[in-house]
Amino acid sequence: MSTIVTIPSSVIATPASRRGFMRSSGALSAVAVALLAGKDVLAQGMSADVTKDVSILNVALGLEHEAINAYQLGAGSGLLQKPVLDIAVQFQGHHKAHRDALIATIQKLGGSPVAEKKLDDYAKALNAGALKSQGDVLDLAARLELGATNAYLGVIPSLGNKDLAKVAARLAADETMHFTVLTSALGRPLPAGALSFGA
Amino acid sequence: MRAGALAGWSLALLASAGASMAHAQGGDAVKGRQLFESRCVGCHSLDQHRVGPALGTVAGRAAGKAPGYTYSPAMSVATHVWTGDRLQAWLTDPEALVPGQAMGYSLSQAQDRRDVVAFLQSLAQARPAQ
Repeated sequence: MSTIVTIPSSVIATPASRRGFMRSSGALSAVAVALLAGKDVLAQGMSADVTKDVSILNVALGLEHEAINAYQLGAGSGLLQKPVLDIAVQFQGHHKAHRDALIATIQKLGGSPVAEKKLDDYAKALNAGALKSQGDVLDLAARLELGATNAYLGVIPSLGNKDLAKVAARLAADETMHFTVLTSALGRPLPAGALSFGA
Repeated sequence: MRAGALAGWSLALLASAGASMAHAQGGDAVKGRQLFESRCVGCHSLDQHRVGPALGTVAGRAAGKAPGYTYSPAMSVATHVWTGDRLQAWLTDPEALVPGQAMGYSLSQAQDRRDVVAFLQSLAQARPAQ
């Protein structure tokens, strides 16, 4: 199964002004966004609003880099059994699509995407050495996915552009799906109440 | 053995004092820990720098100065110390406290902010003196 993350063209083709951001039109696939990356130079004259949005998107990109590497650590640990391993790889693929879309968007907005660290750095930061079982890996992944869900929902009010806010909401939806599947795999109950995410 | 018992007793006393102080400011450190787990761990952990800096020692720390973490230019030149009030202000509106900083996240509920700050302060108060 493949996942296509779409970024509204009003975001990627925007001039560096808030007014220009608000023009809405269709949507482009992550591949299309990536193909467009680097064609326009928007770095000069970025407004404060755009700079802030780029900063938030870069934090999101940092989360995606970390998620990709977390799943890499899990998949490479030898602790995951099929079909859990397949699901982990699929989720990693989602995060790679998120990463690619965010990089393309940041570049189109004139920003510099934050770089991925080394796998060993993520292993240390996530205390991967403590992972001893499939349950440990799933627990870590569930914690990260829940954190990412709440992070994406939490930044929505801070984004100056409504189209970017929608992108953040769509990313949050993917993370919520991941969290739900992982929670189920761990045999844990789903959240008892409504509106438990992003409160 | 006796020294160890004394140290343990001292730590317990410190932790107790920390909990009392946290409650005195209207925050519940236990609820704060739960909130930290659900709201903050996307980017932060207590003892390792991740997307955001480690927060186990943030209370009382100089802003933008945790060793080994690369801060935004705006945060790296901040001059304040993370007191309870500063942490509350940060969680209310990071951009208002440090314009140009990188965190686009805030806690909208005042009680949630008090609880998270109480939790972070309880960690600092439970630490042995340096």
